[in-house]
Amino acid sequence: MLSLLMKKKQLLVLTTLLGMALIHHACMNRDEKGQNKLPPTVSYNFHIRPVLSDKCFKCHGPDLNKMEAGLRLDLPEFAYAPLKETRGAFALVPGKPDESELFRRIISVDPDYQMPTPDSHLGTLNEYEIALFRKWIEQGAKYEPHWAFLAPKKTSLPEIDRPGEARNEIDYFILAKLEEKGLEPSPEADRERLLKRVAFDLTGLPPSEQLMDQFLADKSSNAYEKAVETLMASPQYGEKMAVHWLDVARYSDSYGYQDDNIRTQWPWRDWVIKAFNENMSYDQFLTWQMAGDLLPGATKEQVLATAFFRNHKYTEEGGVIPEEYRIEYVLDKTKTYTKSILGLTAECAQCHDHKYDPISQKDYFSLFAFFNNTYELGYEGDVSVSKPAKAPVLKLSDVELRNTLSFINRKDTGELTISVMGERDTIRPTFVLNRGVYDQPAEQVRPLALTAVMQYDTVKLPRNRLGLAKWTVDKNNPLTARVFVNQVWQEFFGKGLVKTSGDFGMQGELPSHPELLDWLAVDFMENGWDIKRLVKQLVSSATYRQSARVIKKALEKDPENIYYSRAPRNRLKAEFIRDMVLSTSGLLVPVIGGPSVKPYQPDGLWESATSGRGVLATYEQDKGADLYRRGMYTFIKLTVPPPSMILFDASNRDQCEVKRLQTNTPLQALAMMNDPTVLEASRVFAQKLLEADKDAYANMENAFRRILCRKPTSKELNMLKEYFSQQLELFEKKQLNAEATLKVGEYPLNTSLDRSLLAAMMKTINLLYNLEEAIVKS
Amino acid sequence: MEKEVLQHHLNMNRRRFLSKLSLGVGSVALGSLLIPDLFSGRVKEEEIIQHLPHFAPRAKRIIYLFQNGAPSQLELFDYKPLLREQFGKELPASIRMGQRLTGMTADQTKFPLAGSLFDFSQYGQARAWISELLPHTAGVVDDLCIIKSMFTEAINHDPALTFFQTGAQVGNRPSMGAWLSYGLGSENMNLPAYCVLLSKGKGNGQGVYSKLWTNGFLDSVHQGVQFSSGENPVLYLNDHEAINKTDRRKMLDQLSALNEENFRQFGDPEINAKVQQYEMAYRMQTAVPEVTDLSREPESIVKLYGPDCMVPGTYAANCLLARKLSENGVRFVQLYHQGWDGHGNLPGEIRGQCLDTDQASAALITDLKQRGLLDETLVIWGGEFGRTNYCQGPLKKDNYGRDHHPRCFTIWMAGGGVKPGVYGETDEYGYNITSNPVHVNDFHATVLHLMGLNHEQLTFKHLGRRYRLTDVAGQVVKDIIS
Repeated sequence: MLSLLMKKKQLLVLTTLLGMALIHHACMNRDEKGQNKLPPTVSYNFHIRPVLSDKCFKCHGPDLNKMEAGLRLDLPEFAYAPLKETRGAFALVPGKPDESELFRRIISVDPDYQMPTPDSHLGTLNEYEIALFRKWIEQGAKYEPHWAFLAPKKTSLPEIDRPGEARNEIDYFILAKLEEKGLEPSPEADRERLLKRVAFDLTGLPPSEQLMDQFLADKSSNAYEKAVETLMASPQYGEKMAVHWLDVARYSDSYGYQDDNIRTQWPWRDWVIKAFNENMSYDQFLTWQMAGDLLPGATKEQVLATAFFRNHKYTEEGGVIPEEYRIEYVLDKTKTYTKSILGLTAECAQCHDHKYDPISQKDYFSLFAFFNNTYELGYEGDVSVSKPAKAPVLKLSDVELRNTLSFINRKDTGELTISVMGERDTIRPTFVLNRGVYDQPAEQVRPLALTAVMQYDTVKLPRNRLGLAKWTVDKNNPLTARVFVNQVWQEFFGKGLVKTSGDFGMQGELPSHPELLDWLAVDFMENGWDIKRLVKQLVSSATYRQSARVIKKALEKDPENIYYSRAPRNRLKAEFIRDMVLSTSGLLVPVIGGPSVKPYQPDGLWESATSGRGVLATYEQDKGADLYRRGMYTFIKLTVPPPSMILFDASNRDQCEVKRLQTNTPLQALAMMNDPTVLEASRVFAQKLLEADKDAYANMENAFRRILCRKPTSKELNMLKEYFSQQLELFEKKQLNAEATLKVGEYPLNTSLDRSLLAAMMKTINLLYNLEEAIVKS
Repeated sequence: MEKEVLQHHLNMNRRRFLSKLSLGVGSVALGSLLIPDLFSGRVKEEEIIQHLPHFAPRAKRIIYLFQNGAPSQLELFDYKPLLREQFGKELPASIRMGQRLTGMTADQTKFPLAGSLFDFSQYGQARAWISELLPHTAGVVDDLCIIKSMFTEAINHDPALTFFQTGAQVGNRPSMGAWLSYGLGSENMNLPAYCVLLSKGKGNGQGVYSKLWTNGFLDSVHQGVQFSSGENPVLYLNDHEAINKTDRRKMLDQLSALNEENFRQFGDPEINAKVQQYEMAYRMQTAVPEVTDLSREPESIVKLYGPDCMVPGTYAANCLLARKLSENGVRFVQLYHQGWDGHGNLPGEIRGQCLDTDQASAALITDLKQRGLLDETLVIWGGEFGRTNYCQGPLKKDNYGRDHHPRCFTIWMAGGGVKPGVYGETDEYGYNITSNPVHVNDFHATVLHLMGLNHEQLTFKHLGRRYRLTDVAGQVVKDIIS
């Protein structure tokens, strides 16, 4: 009876296979462009593992508690072994797909037999994936270790047809891939657009008029390099680079949770800016932040750096159980470390063995143990006794702030306190927590880094954060340099070489250019983890300097521009949109650092969401210069983050983020049209132009150039003039009210100027701010 | 339609295309089925599958009346005469069974039982017990499915509220409304799919936070848009006072012409996408004030919701606004009303809270019903946990407080495929559930089910994992579905 049933099943399989072969044939014909052509050698890492991880490891992977049928497919010794529940069968028989149970099941349509099972909701494999498996098994079903856990190697530069088109090593890798895919690189971008792009990428600001003039006039062959030097030497470089790191560090100005009172972490933010400006090496940058307090003879600056791990939320809700929250804070530190520095989503292992990556729950809590030994409390009391910092606290005296720590831009004299890391004298025991719950301790563990990534030498390294920091920046650590290089690449190209910049694990995406990523990572370490050097490499490449013009053929072949046949056209980050508006209008107050500020914000936002307790219950808008600071200094109240930032995809700083989304919504359009910041800037810009020169048409060209960083075409200029004349006429004929139009923002109005002229100019400038190109690097 | 879809496609890259439609038309799945090539190999399977209801929905829209701070079930729905009889007596340890306590009562040496100061009567076909504090709610009892056996895991406000709204106590997960917007798209072209309304009572309050209506890792078109019934109902919606409609139109025309000029040079489909978002913004500028204008509501409506409904920012005004938004095709309207956190002075505070909310909550049910909308609109009322049967602080005959209680509390649902009646029971002390427990995950699974979505299939892959609103648990409570 059983064998009969089997035969029936096999018949079913056969008919399905026939049907599928037909479909398959059709598909393959359609894909003549090569998209779906099977590779000559099927790679475990690049072709098979992503599918296994996605569709099979949930039940047949590293999580032993969820293992079904005693089968693991993540390790070859298990996959080749006789199956426990099907006698005489093997999941994989190298060379023989038709005898491999795995293959027979992935092609089956019998719901009782097929894999993945229908109730797993994982979906079945498509024809292409099935074909890959067939070929892989035929070729011997060879496993490889996970790419990201092998130390990166610097391979020799690939051969390319036109080495003359390469400006540096990066281009060799990019051009080789383009050639392989039958794509052409784009020519260099025109100078104006290139300068705008690189200025925003290096400083978060548009190029100054002076720099624009200089660069356009400079006919020397290294004109671009000179401009890059100028931009990287400006203090705004540190501000620009810091913004990403503030996302990573979930920096904010309040404690979060519902009462959400104010706190003082901004001196740490000032330190980050300084570190980038002084080009502190990345290994040192990390070491200080991870364990500055444990360095021999630690300076106050080194201790300040550890505030990195204290930026997360702290509850001040009455009635919490302190230990529940203390554990929560340690978990946050662990997560921030693994996600942003190692590029791993280890928090899955908080509750159970990781389903996809070789991280057990025990491994996870061994890592957690490093962060579990500070003398911080789970709860210091409710909002009524809230302080600017929570223990352990770093106190900075007036004298220190005036001398050694003068980069901290304080407003008032007096002492500052900041929450930082500080180790207990005795070791607090750490336990694996069942299901990750604070009151469910199980086995005791000692501090140990993730050994799947790299061994932790307990003889050489102490079992504390300093040991972990050393392990992290060890040149043999396969992840640290790759992950950071990838984040920097993402900053300049809009997406990482590994698109999932927070996940280099098995479920993460594979690098689009693995050899390039490795080359950059090794080169970075060989050159002393020099961040400015890395940045310069990126912006100097021909790849970066390409035009962003979209070529239809390339768009069809590579719609996501994975292979960089053109430069990306990315929108400015939220903070830099504000900076662009303020800077072009001349309103920007370019002070660096200091306590965060409260510019214009729609009424009632804080008030409608507050519990009524704490000093942030109402929004007290600032006055004067503080209205015109860079976006990165806007006060971040965690429960109600600044709307103009959130609308443009800024991180809400609730937890560590390594990548922002880039969306396009109607609410963004409304903000650009009606945010008083933009309207005021339009008015002030118009005013300043007219004060300098009464010629409206000349002004218009000037305004266009400041905002878009290029000269208008004559057609564009005519369109602008037409709009301006229409507006002027409407104001002069009193069909529109100039007086009322100009009434926006606190910056004083120059009453000696003609109102109609000023209002028409203001509207024209506002139009320019709303152009798509204004907030895009192209 | 297909032709339009195709036309759009030519001007847009595929990812953009999807997220735009999810705000605009909501026929992505249709488009992708008709033109399978459209997405060949480019789009993650989730992005396509999710836009279809998985089966026939019972409800099309949701209005969620969140009672923030946790209203006491013992004063409102869970009638426990034993607590009055044993007033001041100690809660037996056999009932407490080691339930963990919040820091507010953990140091209390005594746990004296406190009976409700308020009287209860039975109403409707189900003979449901309802407190004298809720006369209007009692009036619509035959439309309500009262669930007395809700329970949660969190014992503090922030994690409990976050759990209800996002399916996880911590973390930046997408909220319920974002999941629904992602799963079902929008029903209209002029309003967001997911709107949020805030109001505050006079009782002890707990703040709300924008994380509760976050899109999490989903595209930000799915994030909740905060509306108010005041003069500027949506952030930055109102044009500057000196700009009129014609003027705005002129500006947009000129803007679009200039953008077009750039598109001709650069060919980036994102440029056209931007133009279309400006058009949507323009349509919102007309549609939103129309919807949020409550001044033209007839006298009968004002009477139904109570005079407060004409005062912007009140719970009553928000209930009325919620009805209007929902009627105009907003998929998910989320209200929050603060002030239910009665740690002390509970009787006085809850009386005020009920005065502010009872009539409008009931009016919403009646109003939807009279418009024939209740069948397709799911209304949910409830807080983040319950309150203890014992007193927090000094116990007096006429005054007491109650601490947080996760083990049992009451919520109700109405309309949208829900079976009216009373579901679940608690013990005579009102401390533990004795039948039909409903976990927060079960609640989410059930709500998604009513909307035609399988909670196990509504997933999004993020950083290597498929996430669900119900995480790894949740059972649809079939018994409460009609």
